[in-house]
Amino acid sequence: MGYLQSIGEYFLMLKGVFGRMTKTSVLKELTFKEIDELVVGSLGIVAFLSFFIGAVVALQTALNLENPLIPKSLIAFAARQSIILEFSPTFISIIMAGKVGSYITSSIGSMRVTEQIDALEVMGINSLNYLILPKIIAMLTYPFLIAISMFLGVIGAYTAAVLGGFVPPDIFLQGLQEDFDSYHLFYAFFKTFLFAMILATVPSYHGYYMKGGSLEVGKASTTSFVWTSVVIIVTNYIVTQLLLS
Amino acid sequence: MIEVKGLHKSFGGEHILRGIDFKFDTGKTNLVIGQSGSGKSVLMKCMLGLFTPDKGTIVYDGQAYSSFSDEQKRNLRQKMGMLFQGGALFDSMTVEENVMFPLRMFTKKKKTELKDRVYEVLERVNLQDSGKKYPEEISGGMQKRVAIARAIVNRPKYLFCDEPNSGLDPHTATVIDRLIHELTVEYDITTVVITHDMNSLLEIGEKIAFLKDGVLAWKGDKSKIFKTDDETVTDFVYSSDLFKKVREAQQQGL
Repeated sequence: MGYLQSIGEYFLMLKGVFGRMTKTSVLKELTFKEIDELVVGSLGIVAFLSFFIGAVVALQTALNLENPLIPKSLIAFAARQSIILEFSPTFISIIMAGKVGSYITSSIGSMRVTEQIDALEVMGINSLNYLILPKIIAMLTYPFLIAISMFLGVIGAYTAAVLGGFVPPDIFLQGLQEDFDSYHLFYAFFKTFLFAMILATVPSYHGYYMKGGSLEVGKASTTSFVWTSVVIIVTNYIVTQLLLS
Repeated sequence: MIEVKGLHKSFGGEHILRGIDFKFDTGKTNLVIGQSGSGKSVLMKCMLGLFTPDKGTIVYDGQAYSSFSDEQKRNLRQKMGMLFQGGALFDSMTVEENVMFPLRMFTKKKKTELKDRVYEVLERVNLQDSGKKYPEEISGGMQKRVAIARAIVNRPKYLFCDEPNSGLDPHTATVIDRLIHELTVEYDITTVVITHDMNSLLEIGEKIAFLKDGVLAWKGDKSKIFKTDDETVTDFVYSSDLFKKVREAQQQGL
C-alpha cells in the first residue's frame, strides 16, 4: 500500500512540476546552473570510467579469445556492442544515480529541513516547478554525456587492444564497423533519454517529500540511490524487450 | 487587519485548534504565545494558507480567504512576508541575492533598481556591508536580520514571524524584537509573532493571544498580562525563576 501511495505521490509531483511556471529569466538561469552541476560536473568521472571500462571489455574479450577460428575483429565488435548497447547508457546511468541522484536528493532534502521550500511556498512560488523543472531540462543534455562516454569507451578499447598487441589497428577498425546497425544507436539514446528523466525526477521526489532532520537527508539519499537504480534496471529491461526483441 | 473566526484544525483525529477567534491589528505587533504543542504554529500556517482549516474563516482586510480565487490567493501571498525560525535563507545565494529574490520573482524592474531597493532594506537592518557574503559566513543574528530584510523587501501588508528569537543571545534577541516592532510601525504592517519568549512579550507585546491546548485561553496586552490572576496565564508567564522573583518583588512593593 505504501508503494502505491508513493507512486501516486510521484505522479502528482510531476503534475505539480509542470503547473504554475517560474519566471522565464529565472528558470533559464537555474537551468544553466543545473547543466553545469549535473552534466558538465559529471564529465570527468564519466570520461575516466568509460575509457577504462572500454579498455577492460577489449582486454577480457582478447584474453578469452582462444579459438583461432574466431576472427580478432571480434574484439572491436564485442567492445562496440557492449559499450553502445549497455555500458554507456545503463551502467553510467546507475553510477549517475549515485552521483547526480544523491546530490539532487540531499540538496532538495536540505532545503526541506531548513524550511527553504516553505519559504518558497509562502512567497507564492510553485516550489516543485522552481526546484525540479530546471533539473529535468538540464538532464535533456544527458545524452551528450553518454555520447562522449561511448566515444571514450571505444577509444579505451582501441588503446587496450591495439597498443596491447592483441589486434592490428586495421583489423580493429574493421571489427568496429562490422554489422553496424544504426537502430542500435536509436535504442541506446532512446533509453538514455528515459534514464535522464528518471535521474532527474526520482531523486527529486525522495528529497522533496522527505520528513525529519539532517539524519533523514542521508537516509533519503541512500533510498533515492536504491530506487533510482531499480527503476533504471526495470526500465532497461522493458525498453530492451520492446525495442530489440 | 487579519481576523480569525472560529478556526478549527485537526490532524488524524487530533484536534489542534478548537475554535480560535482573534483580531490581529494593523500597525501593531500581535503576539501569539503558549507552550509547545499549544497550536501556535498550526494557527500561523493556517493564516499563511499552508494549511486549510477544517472549520472557520480567516479574513484579510475584510475579505475571507475561502472566497479568494487561486489568482487572488497568489496575490495575497505576495503581500505576505515571513520570518522563519531558522531564517530559511537560500544557502546557495549571497545576502544580496537572498533579499533580491522576491523582487526578481515578482517584479519586472531593472537589476539596478532592484539593487537600490535591496541596499535600502539592508541599510535599514544595518547590514549594508554584508551584501556579498553567504549566509554561512554571517552570525545567527545577522541571518535573522537578512531574513527580515527579505520579508519586507516587497513592502508586505502582513508579516509573520515564527519564534524570531530562538537560538539568539538575549542582546541580539532584543535587537531583533525592536527591529520587528519598528518596521511594523514604519510600514504599517499587520505583524504576527509566534513566541514563547517572555522578553519578547515585555518588549513588543502590544496585543497578545495566549493559546492553551488549541483554545484561546486569554487575550490582552503586556500591561495586563503581568497583572492578571488567571492561573492558566500566570503558570505560563511566571514559569521561569527570574519572572517569579520579579512578581514576588512586585507583590512586596519593591
